[in-house]
Amino acid sequence: MIEAIALAHGWEMQHDPTVVVVGQDVGANGGVFRATAGLQERFGKDRVQDTPLAEATIAGMSVGMAAQGLKPVAEIQFMGFLYPALDQIVNHMSRLRNRTRGRLTCPVVMRMPHGGGIRAPEHHSESTETLLCHIPGIRVVCPSSPARAYGLLLAAIRDPDPVMFLEPVRLYRAMRQEVHDDGQALPLDVCFTLRAGNDVTLVTWGAMTMEVLRAAADLEVQGISAEVIDLGTLSPIDIDTILESVAKTGRLVIVHEAARNVGIGAEIAARVAEHGLYDLLAPIQRVTGYDTIMPLFRLEMDYIPSTQRIIDAVRATFSDDAP
Amino acid sequence: MKTVAEFKIEYRRILDPRGMLQGTPPAFVHDREELLRMYEIMTLVRMFDVKAVNLQRTGQLGTYPSCLGHEAAHVGVGAAMLPQDVLAPVYREFGTQIWRGVSMLEILNYWGGDERGNDFAGPRHDFPWCVPIATQTLHAAGAAMAFKIKKEPRCALSFIGDGGTSEGAFYEAMNLAGVAKLPVVFVIVNNGWAISVPVAAQTAAGTLAQKAVAAGIPGVQVDGNDVFAVRDVVSAALETARGGGGPAVIEALTYRLSDHTTADDASRYRSAAEVKQAWELEPLLRFRHFLRAAGHWDDDREAELLARCAAQIDAAVAGYSGGLKPATDAMFDHLFAASPPHLQEQRQMARRFAGKHSGH
Repeated sequence: MIEAIALAHGWEMQHDPTVVVVGQDVGANGGVFRATAGLQERFGKDRVQDTPLAEATIAGMSVGMAAQGLKPVAEIQFMGFLYPALDQIVNHMSRLRNRTRGRLTCPVVMRMPHGGGIRAPEHHSESTETLLCHIPGIRVVCPSSPARAYGLLLAAIRDPDPVMFLEPVRLYRAMRQEVHDDGQALPLDVCFTLRAGNDVTLVTWGAMTMEVLRAAADLEVQGISAEVIDLGTLSPIDIDTILESVAKTGRLVIVHEAARNVGIGAEIAARVAEHGLYDLLAPIQRVTGYDTIMPLFRLEMDYIPSTQRIIDAVRATFSDDAP
Repeated sequence: MKTVAEFKIEYRRILDPRGMLQGTPPAFVHDREELLRMYEIMTLVRMFDVKAVNLQRTGQLGTYPSCLGHEAAHVGVGAAMLPQDVLAPVYREFGTQIWRGVSMLEILNYWGGDERGNDFAGPRHDFPWCVPIATQTLHAAGAAMAFKIKKEPRCALSFIGDGGTSEGAFYEAMNLAGVAKLPVVFVIVNNGWAISVPVAAQTAAGTLAQKAVAAGIPGVQVDGNDVFAVRDVVSAALETARGGGGPAVIEALTYRLSDHTTADDASRYRSAAEVKQAWELEPLLRFRHFLRAAGHWDDDREAELLARCAAQIDAAVAGYSGGLKPATDAMFDHLFAASPPHLQEQRQMARRFAGKHSGH
């Protein structure tokens, strides 16, 4: 996936001279995960800039650059280090268009590694997308494969509004796939149905698509046909695709790595309850990270929902006494 | 032990509180038209400010941050900037904004609770008012970065208050500006008070200008009640920045003669004697002394100017008072370039319940 992200950067910088890349170690080093590898050599130090080690600087300067005609693609080194930038994202990036009635806009992409599972140090395994989804005026996108990372990143850069682009670290190198470097963007604001099924709808995003697809394959063997929906854009949510699926299957299980409390799963469950309650044959289930601090890596795979937890939750929707 | 770094901070004043010139004045001081333009805008801003406070007191305007006493600092900066430069204001710099073409009606609209006030008819590229403290300094640095990348001979200028210099964003902005040698100027308007907290309680630094030193950029102090000195120092800094010479920090020493905002009562935390003393140093008085002594000004001209300003302000207030409350659609229209479906639903709901407030 990491090469797909670098390819998308390269394509868009080649075709749009207003695209610039900023962040810590994005230049000669090509990013700590190599997402910007080779870009500075190709496009020069003006367009691929190493910033000081300061996340508020990265976000704040991106607001200023975007307001004056550039399209910054900013890298935050890990999602756990995003928080100094939140002031700029909440108070400026997300609302510059609104508060100036469209006079000034903020076409910024903030990329950041998301989630755990790679035995990283403390603060390097966060999945706090809910914080971002609560902010009006920004999009939150999370790809689940190299092809979707390529197409969605192109779409994010081309979007005239700010996009938070969360890159699941477990997929950076785990998933390999041929990606056509053809400049074709994928649509934002829509779900991707990764697998069609009739008995239960599984909604997830990012790295959890791996466990969910594995669970769906196992469930198939057990005679349960699961439809797997990758949210793609976490905010705004394409609820219509989910509602259509639930109308067909009658069962919904939402799976996310992030903590449960007020998570995106709660929003999806509420929306389905509001608009699709009578399609449901069983209570909605959520399979999520625990409402604890993400543990250090010896326990991280016990935090991240396992295929078995997902299968158990699905099976519960078929039993009379759901947990 | 050996000394590895030293610094000094210089202080600039051209027009003293009695209206007398110190040293050789810059060229614009010999340009009568230009001086009168500066004096007229300073007078207009002073009168507009009084009007705006009155509008708030009579329930016709929201909370308003008076700029009383800041006219030299604000208009001096405005006069030093070029139209193509970009201003990143805080929320009080009406003098700079009016000089640059922001209308009094726009100011009233924003402080009267309507985002349309931020949609300046001109200058279109200036940043809107910035209420969170110090965040705008990074926008100015980013704008300057854009000019540098696009090789445009433009500068960004960010205001910041004395309290704002305690914020991390300010240090980050200076740091970025220094290391990337950006065409940006930071003007600290040190008016002595961050709401109720005096500068001495913000920092142990002897000057705020010296905060630039750690970022590796020059810092200078200027008499912020002296419009000549402000204009001259800011012009020089912008010229340096425009020529690729890098950023600067300018600390303008002035005094907030008003409350922090109309929601504040400064008598709770500072003495009447202190304020009375500050009035003796205020910027319009010394400018008027100078203009009279130079033969540029007299009572008739003053009376004519006051009448002209009052008419302009009345016209702006008439436009404001006659303005319509925005439709609820205004909450949704500009959130995204293209509105997602869930916002369309909420837009309809807002329309349905528009004006039906609890208790009405």
